[in-house]
Amino acid sequence: MPVTNDDVRHVAALARLGVNEARLPALVAELNGILAHMEVLAQVKTAGITGATGVGAGGTPLREDRGDPIPLARPVEDIAPRVRHGFFLVPRLDSHGALGASVDDE
Amino acid sequence: MSDPSLPVASGAAARLREAIVAGSTTPADAVTASMQRTREVGAGRDRLNIVLWSDPDAALAEARAAARVVERGGTPGALHGVPVMVKDNIATITLPTTCGSRILEGYVSPYEATAVQRLRNAGAIVIGKTNCDEFAMGSSTEYSAWGPARNPVDPSRVPGGSSGGSAAAVAAGLVPIALGSETGGSVRQPAAFCGVVGVKPTYGRVSRWGLVAFASSLDQVGVFGRTVEDAALGLEVIAGHDPLDSTSATASVPSCRGAANESIAGLTIGRPKEYYPESLDPRIRGRCDRALEILQRLGASVEEVSLPHTELAIPVYYIIAPAEASSNLARFDGVRYGPRLEADGLRAMYEATRSGGFGPEVTRRILLGTYVLSAGYYDAYYRKAQQVRTIIAQDFRSVFEDGVDLLFTPTTPTPAFPLGSVSDPYDMYLSDIFTATANLAGVPAMSVPIGRVDGLPIGGQIIAPHFLEARMFAAAFALERALADEAHR
Repeated sequence: MPVTNDDVRHVAALARLGVNEARLPALVAELNGILAHMEVLAQVKTAGITGATGVGAGGTPLREDRGDPIPLARPVEDIAPRVRHGFFLVPRLDSHGALGASVDDE
Repeated sequence: MSDPSLPVASGAAARLREAIVAGSTTPADAVTASMQRTREVGAGRDRLNIVLWSDPDAALAEARAAARVVERGGTPGALHGVPVMVKDNIATITLPTTCGSRILEGYVSPYEATAVQRLRNAGAIVIGKTNCDEFAMGSSTEYSAWGPARNPVDPSRVPGGSSGGSAAAVAAGLVPIALGSETGGSVRQPAAFCGVVGVKPTYGRVSRWGLVAFASSLDQVGVFGRTVEDAALGLEVIAGHDPLDSTSATASVPSCRGAANESIAGLTIGRPKEYYPESLDPRIRGRCDRALEILQRLGASVEEVSLPHTELAIPVYYIIAPAEASSNLARFDGVRYGPRLEADGLRAMYEATRSGGFGPEVTRRILLGTYVLSAGYYDAYYRKAQQVRTIIAQDFRSVFEDGVDLLFTPTTPTPAFPLGSVSDPYDMYLSDIFTATANLAGVPAMSVPIGRVDGLPIGGQIIAPHFLEARMFAAAFALERALADEAHR
């Protein structure tokens, strides 16, 4: 079933991509052109075949479920605009500027 | 002053290091020679557009510091004083890492990729970041937000991609070794187009820590060298287990340079018929057959084999890679990285920033990837592609289990094409038709120069079983020695 304008609007919204309406027909044509080449896969018999999840010789190696320290070149305080209680404070949106006190305003 | 031609000579990296250790030149002289060469060939943004970011003063300071360490009794590393360049999607703390994208304009990583750290630990001096297709999505380096790179062999043509800048940097003699990254052929294809050696290691052989993720089940850091020896040296330095990458393998790292002394007599080399279709340019077929004749003369036996699902590799690849990319690139939203385009509300800001920051190919792949993962299409596309990927990997396993030691194929179906000549996205994807299979199967593969067609370089691809890079290099060394100048004419 070919991709439609609405399909592209839908996936663009899922992907948080703004798509210009004027560009929409070209994108629909491009995606349909690409997906037409994928139809060949439907002819392949895959009953009972497990999807590949790793391609290492012995599968993906496992490790203890903990994070190793990240060797940062600079202290974390130098990376973010601000840090409080170990959390990064990012600049607030312009459109939220009037919604009361910001953590940036302390 | 050192001989400025030294970095481009045969076996340049190792010989350059030896000259530095012997005191006949210095790391600073080597860096100066590379910078001079960069200017001479016009590798900057105004001509070939190979090098995006560099800081000559910092590189010289680093070179002088490296010299002082050795003067004070430190042991010179395997790349002591050797200038190198790194693709713009591999994190460096000294230079920007923009992935060829406006969405990361001005971004400098707070941490360094393990592969880069290992180069530095070995004494290499990182003198520049190289142009690439945006987020490594492309086969020509035309999709860089900073403009297309050009092939130093013929500047009217592309250098290949996505690691086109790194391949071109080595081909133009700026550095003997450069890092690139592979997802579907992004080291081997530009290596073939530029006439240099390009290596994609086994999945897990080289840490992906600090490689900006595109498609995590396929991505690998790879190496370019002007010679097989330089590529082998570069791979030895960056390979090996890294606890910071959960997919990093614990397998021991073989001596790839040691493979230069290994005989290939007795090896069975497969010629997979699907890589030599009727439509293949007869001149490329002829060069490949000539290479196979040489390998046979050196004692290997050549037999025709079949990898029957090869034609499915591009459809599978262009479902799986965009699907993974759509997830990996979700983090670029104007909050954590790069410039932000303000709009009315959070969602509108995300959409404005991402639409303004991503170029056309990245946008296309995010949409495609989101589509194949979305409800109603997941089973038909994504699940199906993962199953066929299993079948493609099984093709390789079968042929290797049946006694074939290596495979030999053309790296690309054509030589480098003119800038702007491929406009259909799927036609561009077909550039990867002979390379994407190795990424899907996770096996190591490399491209070596095997001659020219119409004055343009072409590459031969050697593919090996998982973690048998040393065997792959043995064939590459043998072929390079036997072809000698013929590889470049």
